[in-house]
Amino acid sequence: MEFLRSIGITEIVMQFMLINAILGLSMYLVLYTGMFSLANAGFMSIGAYTGVILTQNFNQPLWVGLIGGMVVAGVLAVPIGLPVLRLKDIYLAIATIGFGEVVRILILNFDTLAGSITGESVRLTRGALGITGIPKITETWHLLAFLVVTGFIMIRLHRSRFGRAMAAVRQDEPAAANMGINVVYTKNMVFIMSAVLAAAAGVLKAHLTRTISPGDYGFDQAVSILAFAVLGGTSTWVGPLVGGFVLTALPEILRDFKQYRGIVNGSILLLVIVYLPGGMVNPAGWSQMWARLRGKKQGDTLTTEVS
Amino acid sequence: MNITQQVVNAIWLGGVYSLFALGYALVFSILGVLNLAHSAVFMWGAFIGLVMVTQFSFSVWLAIPVAMLGAGLIGVLLDAVAFAPLRRRNAPRIAQLISSIGAAILLVNIAQLIFGTQPQRFPLGSIPTDTIEGLPFRITPIQIIILLVSVALMALLQYMVIRTRAGQAMRAVAFNQRVASLLGVNVSGIFRMTFFLAGALAGAAGVLYGLAYNSMTPFMGDQVALKGLTVIVLGGMGNIQGAVVGGFVVAALEVFSIANGGSNYRDAFVFTLLFLILLFRPQGLVGQKEHTRA
Repeated sequence: MEFLRSIGITEIVMQFMLINAILGLSMYLVLYTGMFSLANAGFMSIGAYTGVILTQNFNQPLWVGLIGGMVVAGVLAVPIGLPVLRLKDIYLAIATIGFGEVVRILILNFDTLAGSITGESVRLTRGALGITGIPKITETWHLLAFLVVTGFIMIRLHRSRFGRAMAAVRQDEPAAANMGINVVYTKNMVFIMSAVLAAAAGVLKAHLTRTISPGDYGFDQAVSILAFAVLGGTSTWVGPLVGGFVLTALPEILRDFKQYRGIVNGSILLLVIVYLPGGMVNPAGWSQMWARLRGKKQGDTLTTEVS
Repeated sequence: MNITQQVVNAIWLGGVYSLFALGYALVFSILGVLNLAHSAVFMWGAFIGLVMVTQFSFSVWLAIPVAMLGAGLIGVLLDAVAFAPLRRRNAPRIAQLISSIGAAILLVNIAQLIFGTQPQRFPLGSIPTDTIEGLPFRITPIQIIILLVSVALMALLQYMVIRTRAGQAMRAVAFNQRVASLLGVNVSGIFRMTFFLAGALAGAAGVLYGLAYNSMTPFMGDQVALKGLTVIVLGGMGNIQGAVVGGFVVAALEVFSIANGGSNYRDAFVFTLLFLILLFRPQGLVGQKEHTRA
């Protein structure tokens, strides 16, 4: 612990590492099923706002806020997912970017909008300033417990029929459909699971940072979540976990170069996608790069890339 | 509300949007990838123009071509760093999208180191700001110039793509890379040229946008990035004429929602439109149905 603190990883940094690992996992689920969705930041904000309103305006304990946020995000994911998941790669990415922006703007204007409908003054999301003074009630063990449970579900998922269906849909959608896999069901279920995970991370993070505002969940957040999963690698569920840890810890370790933080982040993203296409946790990719460095001839590429 | 005034505003703003979105459309039509660093090149164009005016006391007219050249070179660099290595490996389109995001983060942060985060302006007197008298609506000379420059550049691009040999090669590569290269077209040269043109268009749009609002920050690209996406989706991804039409539609939507008191929701309108077009008309407003659609 002393060593960690000496390189700048304090308890709060560790808590953020855990939260970002959860976010990475929520991105991993959609990528693993072959869906390039950037909607996670939007669902994260839906979760965060629902959770905070439950704990603050209705005086509920954290676990009620957590479950409430997860349920609301999961329910909203159905009408979003059904039409949008018909789209593929770049088109899906653009549509989900649009979704994220619409969520941001709706939360920004929620009070005036609701006020004009009900005719009373509403004060729930509090506009651009956001909600402040949220008590810091998320403990490290909450996050650890949540992550352990999520990891357990991930392992079970991969061994289940549904997990195999996810992989099949990613590899070849028409073939999967021919094998009798319900592609629409699989995609939408995964989208919902991903939204629920992102929402949980949103609720937990809101009760750590103590303030939330709509701007926290824009395109930048969506890109960071994507980066956790892509940098960690999406061939196993451990990848996004490592990606979340490393990308959160690294800026703190390099805090002496604070003004170069963005440059470091951008370069890492670029270097990993160019030279380590399978991410950091991808044995095949490492051995391939090792072979390339030693000047051996490249064999067939075996790396799993984000598709 | 003065309808004429809104139409005028929508037209000059539409010019800038179209010019910006043309770069997206050009790269998408020829390489089939979405270049999310385009908005960062746009921002660099604006800053190059600004530096030319403030440091080298260029006139605004001379700053535009210099900014175009600079932004075009940044575009070529972008291709070499973020796209070419992935192309060589035959990486999926999504990998190229992610690498372009990385390049965008890099470009914005370098600009932040050099230029700081405070909004910067063109010096007083370098751009005419008086409105033109005797018209039923307000328009400044700069807005007329914006419209003229953007229309001229769009016409030039259209001419180049349709009439010149280079444009013919570009279209051949867009149609089928392998066949084009068998017929002796230098495919990677065409890719580089595409990135140069896209960058130059973004640079011009950046300077014009900077002139229009006279406030430049390293984050100015964010304001147009997603609107540019909407424009090309509206026009049908990679459709050059469609991007021009889409730019004016998006600008009109934005201007009229502001004029009708919806300024808080103007972006929500734009993105809802994006959403609906993707779902119901993925080939865009003017496009034909493709066989390999989204």
